[in-house]
Amino acid sequence: MRSRLEPRSACLAAPWIAVLLGCEPSPSVAPDLPPETIEIPPSDLLPKEAFAGIGDPVVRSAAQFLEATRVLLHPRCLNCHPAGDTPLQGDFGFVHEPPVVRGPEDRGVVGMTCDGCHQDDNVPLANVPGAPNWHLAPISMAWVGKSPAEICEQLKDPLRNGGKSLAEIVEHAESDELVAWGWAPGRGRSKAPGDQKRFGDLLRAWVEDGATCPTDGEHP
Amino acid sequence: MSLRIKVNGVLHDLEVDPEMPLLWVLRDVLGLTGTKYGCGQALCGACSVHLDGRVIRSCVTPVRRAEGRAITTIEGLSATGDHPLQRAWIELAVPQCGYCQAGQIMAAAALLAENPEPTDDDIDRSMAGNLCRCGTYTRIRTAIKRAAKPSAPTEGSP
Repeated sequence: MRSRLEPRSACLAAPWIAVLLGCEPSPSVAPDLPPETIEIPPSDLLPKEAFAGIGDPVVRSAAQFLEATRVLLHPRCLNCHPAGDTPLQGDFGFVHEPPVVRGPEDRGVVGMTCDGCHQDDNVPLANVPGAPNWHLAPISMAWVGKSPAEICEQLKDPLRNGGKSLAEIVEHAESDELVAWGWAPGRGRSKAPGDQKRFGDLLRAWVEDGATCPTDGEHP
Repeated sequence: MSLRIKVNGVLHDLEVDPEMPLLWVLRDVLGLTGTKYGCGQALCGACSVHLDGRVIRSCVTPVRRAEGRAITTIEGLSATGDHPLQRAWIELAVPQCGYCQAGQIMAAAALLAENPEPTDDDIDRSMAGNLCRCGTYTRIRTAIKRAAKPSAPTEGSP
């Protein structure tokens, strides 16, 4: 279990839990949480409702983004947001085999394009993963080696995020088919935490609360 | 299930499982055995063919993906086996055991179609997914340059 949230006693356990659960003195910001223990398996993702008790929208926004980075920093996402010109694969970030390179449009080079092998869906026979529009994120959106705070600033920067508005970032998270593959990666690959709806809800709530970034050094 | 695919300019109506790998269809159903089975996992390139002119690994491609599209195999690269790459391959005696060579030539043909004068780096990047257990890489690179420019010197060839 990643954590075992017991709404009252957990407030004393650690400052970050206290923040998440809305343990501020004012009862008016008390969280609307179930009375019993909430089991959070490592593979799960806290819903945006878990942050409702944080009264300050700035703190709440950053906390929601931090939780969403449990998805962004998962191997299913990181492997195609590499810091170099070669995608990674597996749960340990091995260099992609065969040795493909990014190419001018982030889709490989002639003879070695992504869609030479990766198709619109997973191919069970050879266990080749697939989803529509399979490609690498542009190098300006590299996430490998970056902190949640750095990724947050990067996501908000149209010069690096492909000219997207925050609304478009949220829409991408909520409905993009390649993003969706992170929760249906096929046999032998771990899924991203939670599900796409919960992930999209977190990013939408992050934006609605002001799109505040976590501070340097904070990790989910 | 009935599928219609075009291979080397010829239409074929097939009664096959749409999940059957294209390589199986080419070799076992249509008898086009020039394309080889290597690893079965898109790692070696022996099964490379063109789908609408782009290189794909036919061993991991369900035949349904090819429906209504044009497939080219080594048999269809040229009518009489005299594609510039095939001529260069013969002139420079590129193959050793030969098993990977159909895939090598198909990858090289796609490269030259897009980049008529590739550099060594261009060749290495585009051919990196086509493995040769005999180690004929130096001759392959030279032959690609020969095909691109028939008057090119042959330094690098053994």
